[in-house]
Amino acid sequence: MTGGTPVWVQVVYLFAAVCFILALKGLSSPQHARRGNAVGALGAVVACVVVFFYGSLDHVVAILVAIVVGTAIGFVGARRVQMTQMPQLVALFNGVGGGAAALVALLELADTVDRAGVAKFTLAATAFTILVGSVSFAGSLVTFAKLQELMTSRPVVFPGLPVAFAVSFVGAVVLAVLVVTQPAIWVGSLLAVVGLVLGVLLVLPVGGADVPIVISLLNAFTGLTVAAGGYVLDNTVLLVAGTLVGASGTFLTQLMASAMGRSVTNILFGALKGGSTLGAGVASDRPVRSAGPEDVAILLAYAHRVIVVPGYGLAVAQAQHTLRELVDLLGERDIEVDYAIHPVAGRMPGHMNVLLAEAQVPYEQLREMDDINPEFKEADVVLVVGANDVVNPAAKTTPGAPIYGMPILNADEARQVVFLKRSMRPGFAGIENELLFDPKTTLLFGDAKETLGKVLTGVKNL
Amino acid sequence: MSQAVVWLTIFILSGFVGVEVISKVSSTLHTPLMSGANAIHGIILLGAILVTGYATTTLQLVIGLIAVVLASVNMVGGFVVTDRMLQMFTRRKPPTRGPSEKKA
Repeated sequence: MTGGTPVWVQVVYLFAAVCFILALKGLSSPQHARRGNAVGALGAVVACVVVFFYGSLDHVVAILVAIVVGTAIGFVGARRVQMTQMPQLVALFNGVGGGAAALVALLELADTVDRAGVAKFTLAATAFTILVGSVSFAGSLVTFAKLQELMTSRPVVFPGLPVAFAVSFVGAVVLAVLVVTQPAIWVGSLLAVVGLVLGVLLVLPVGGADVPIVISLLNAFTGLTVAAGGYVLDNTVLLVAGTLVGASGTFLTQLMASAMGRSVTNILFGALKGGSTLGAGVASDRPVRSAGPEDVAILLAYAHRVIVVPGYGLAVAQAQHTLRELVDLLGERDIEVDYAIHPVAGRMPGHMNVLLAEAQVPYEQLREMDDINPEFKEADVVLVVGANDVVNPAAKTTPGAPIYGMPILNADEARQVVFLKRSMRPGFAGIENELLFDPKTTLLFGDAKETLGKVLTGVKNL
Repeated sequence: MSQAVVWLTIFILSGFVGVEVISKVSSTLHTPLMSGANAIHGIILLGAILVTGYATTTLQLVIGLIAVVLASVNMVGGFVVTDRMLQMFTRRKPPTRGPSEKKA
């Protein structure tokens, strides 16, 4: 195929690449984002249609059928998924993309072993695509299983894990070198298998709150895989698109890691050292102050300034709509209410914004952590709904806590704190929250949707 | 200029464009950003179509078709779900926080 791409096709590829850049650029404002996404989709479709019109492809009917099947699966999955399950879906889509890239590279390897004089660099790129694509595929599937709670979401560590990881890693490097020096299908296939093992071992020890970062990292992996695949296939649009995703994924991963006050290597390998699994994961029996919905309604209705801290528990209870009604009602009583969104609230970055947007909360009311943190001092009441770790002062006060160093929302600085919780079970990170036992804290136990409904009625009746 | 250097140039410049563009995305849209970027790497479908079109054995054809299915799921699903999310952000609601609204 090398050099065989006609100029007009290359121009179409350039068009598609520009579309992808515009798609990402569109996301800088919520108003233009949807149009940007449509432009990106247009670029992708045009680029894929064009391949049928040059070169002489065989099996066209079979390929079209496969596209229809894949399109149907993707479309139905994308329409049916609940917004709370978005992280799983993204992980799954990312995994299949990585898997596809690895298979493409394997087939290309089969093609090149018949030809003499293939550049070593092309073979290196092939090996990279096979390996990282498989890692991404297997890693994403494990991530999916963790998020979907098909398996425990806590870190899975067994005694031989560091050794197994090291052995697989060395094995992968050796096989990758073999692909370059003595290209053969069996070496490539073995490399793919080792990649799968490596992917599983990479994600298993990552627990709870760190899983979102892994999704982002694997997304970057798949991007780079596709970029390398572009080099192998001599295809510019794959190279540009893959690199864009790789760069953005890496950037986003670092952003999230710093939002949690951790380094990416610490997140991936912390559990291996036994550092991030301190959380006991058990409920405490220390005394707390709890109250009924009516008391909380009074507390809220006579406040001047209220800040709501929503967490994933809110979404699980499907209580976003009730919460919005309550906030609207308080707004009508001249109470200033904002939502404080922690960067890692929910199960992936920006997840909470999506969940609240679904409940038609205007995005102007959603305030970022750095923006709203100085205002907690003036808040009369902070209402924490289904969140825990993001307001846990242990992040500031307890060195050695798994979340130590993570920037948190300063809910502890408010005059009153109300926690809406199902039980005393700790949060995703599995550690106890001192704020729950603070004298200014009131706990309201129960299902978030039901309890918020009662608070709503309480405020209405005042 | 050798071919490899041309590719390296494209690679590095694309990397800079990627970081530059993403750094302007507000954190409100980070989830759609991830799923949108996810959809974009679904363009591997193009590569899957090409290698499948040149498959010479049945095994190659089968593997190629699996790759085509996986890549289509990635691409189509990614764009559709991103659109679904962004639709919720573009829908503007009349402001409900105006204190005078209900009292009037």
